[in-house]
Amino acid sequence: MSKIGWLRLAVIVIAVGLLELACRSGLIDHRVVIPPSEMAAALVRLLISGQANDQIARTFGIVVTAVLIAVVGGFALGVVIHALPRVRHALDPFFATYYAVPIFIFYPVMIAIFGLSAVPIVLMGVATAIVAMIIATLNGLDRVPRVLDKVARLHRMGRIATALRLKLPAAAPHLFTGVKLAVSYGFIAVIASEFILAPAGLGRVISDAYTDFNNQRMYALMLLLIVVATVVNMVLHVFDQRWAERRGIGKP
Amino acid sequence: MTATAPDDGIHASLSGVTRVYPGAAGTQPVHALGPVDLDLKRGEFFAVVGPSGCGKSTLLEVLAGLQQPTQGTVTFEGRTIVGEVPDGIGVVFQEDASFPWLTVADNAAFGLRRSGIVESEVQRRVDDALAFMGLKDFSRAYPAQLSGGMRQRVCIARTLVLQPRLILLDEPFGALDAQTRLLMGDEVLRLWRRTGATVLLITHALDEAAMLSDRIGAMSARPGRFLDIVETGWPRERDSTIVGEARFGEITGRLWDNLRGESLKSLGYARMAAE
Repeated sequence: MSKIGWLRLAVIVIAVGLLELACRSGLIDHRVVIPPSEMAAALVRLLISGQANDQIARTFGIVVTAVLIAVVGGFALGVVIHALPRVRHALDPFFATYYAVPIFIFYPVMIAIFGLSAVPIVLMGVATAIVAMIIATLNGLDRVPRVLDKVARLHRMGRIATALRLKLPAAAPHLFTGVKLAVSYGFIAVIASEFILAPAGLGRVISDAYTDFNNQRMYALMLLLIVVATVVNMVLHVFDQRWAERRGIGKP
Repeated sequence: MTATAPDDGIHASLSGVTRVYPGAAGTQPVHALGPVDLDLKRGEFFAVVGPSGCGKSTLLEVLAGLQQPTQGTVTFEGRTIVGEVPDGIGVVFQEDASFPWLTVADNAAFGLRRSGIVESEVQRRVDDALAFMGLKDFSRAYPAQLSGGMRQRVCIARTLVLQPRLILLDEPFGALDAQTRLLMGDEVLRLWRRTGATVLLITHALDEAAMLSDRIGAMSARPGRFLDIVETGWPRERDSTIVGEARFGEITGRLWDNLRGESLKSLGYARMAAE
């Protein structure tokens, strides 16, 4: 591991250690926050018991579904909008202000339309993540060097071959930024929707545990979400960095 | 001025070619090129020099089939070019057109793999082209790991493997420093001699044109037309050492006599150009 990697690890270990100390010493009330070691032990017990497996599978299934729809749909819409400059000109202000609108106000509307099921949650995930992917696709396609169009014509490539063999790889670093954002936004939207109102899922279980003062369960599942979200983002980050270094985009 | 070759071994030609770009909303159309007549002899090295914006690159793209002429006809090996780059023409652009997501070897093999040639033949041609361009030890490197000159050599190798009979070079060394440009000029001369291809080089550098070419066409400010065609008289076996010869100075002097006024016009100094 690099020096920076060790430094990052040290920051996490120190932060967790300080929280453990604060909880154990009574500086933080045990009824408010339990020590990280207890969170981890509670999570292990919960996973071994299998009590939350259905909820875990449901939530991560919804996240994966929402992110896949957002990434594929956002890319496709981005390509279409990029090919229609007037449409893009008309939509640009909406994209610029999209994340200033509290999208969650539409969640009750979606429940009213689709019922209290997984569908409104998937739609909230998609609605939150898709615009990031559209914007990333537009940015990526804007930055494809125009000389590649000439190269494509030299090799007598059709539109689809040009898009798949040249434009897509050329725009890939920007698309990957969109994928990373879509994953983050998808996670947030799904968990928050479940937390607000849902028949099941990790967000709902955490909400129930909070209402029942069940700190062990609540913090165990919170820890699980933090670990999963962190691992997924780290994997994407490492992949992105290796790719960027290979393409000479730079190493931070 | 007509840049017509004195014998019939015509490889490619432009006849009465003009190119007018339609104006954007509320603006006048831009007459970029012509009328231009040009005959390229089979196997010759022809350079085009001219002031910025005179339509040099437009001329190259029209000849390559990348742009349609507004008027006139373009032929390559006796066939009229219509809307598509014909087989046998290779182009190297000024911009870095290497693919950053592919290795040097995969960059070079790109066109061959698209044309469905068997992999063993692809490998043979790629190995040969990379060795010729001095990139053999970098075949597994990515373009980002190479210098600007080496990336341009990757693009030349990608063109070379397709065994083009007409190679069009659009200011391929424009972004390189003067010393690297001289050395790259030697590379291009080696390439020209080995392939036997006809080469058309677009450049703004008079010394580069004088060193590399059999004939040089000097173009006017926009709309670009040929003002003068200079025969260099260099032997086929030549390299960058000819820059020390008196003839080299005569050629660049004659080119500059033609181009000084045109360059001033292109910069907006019309009165100075008239003096």
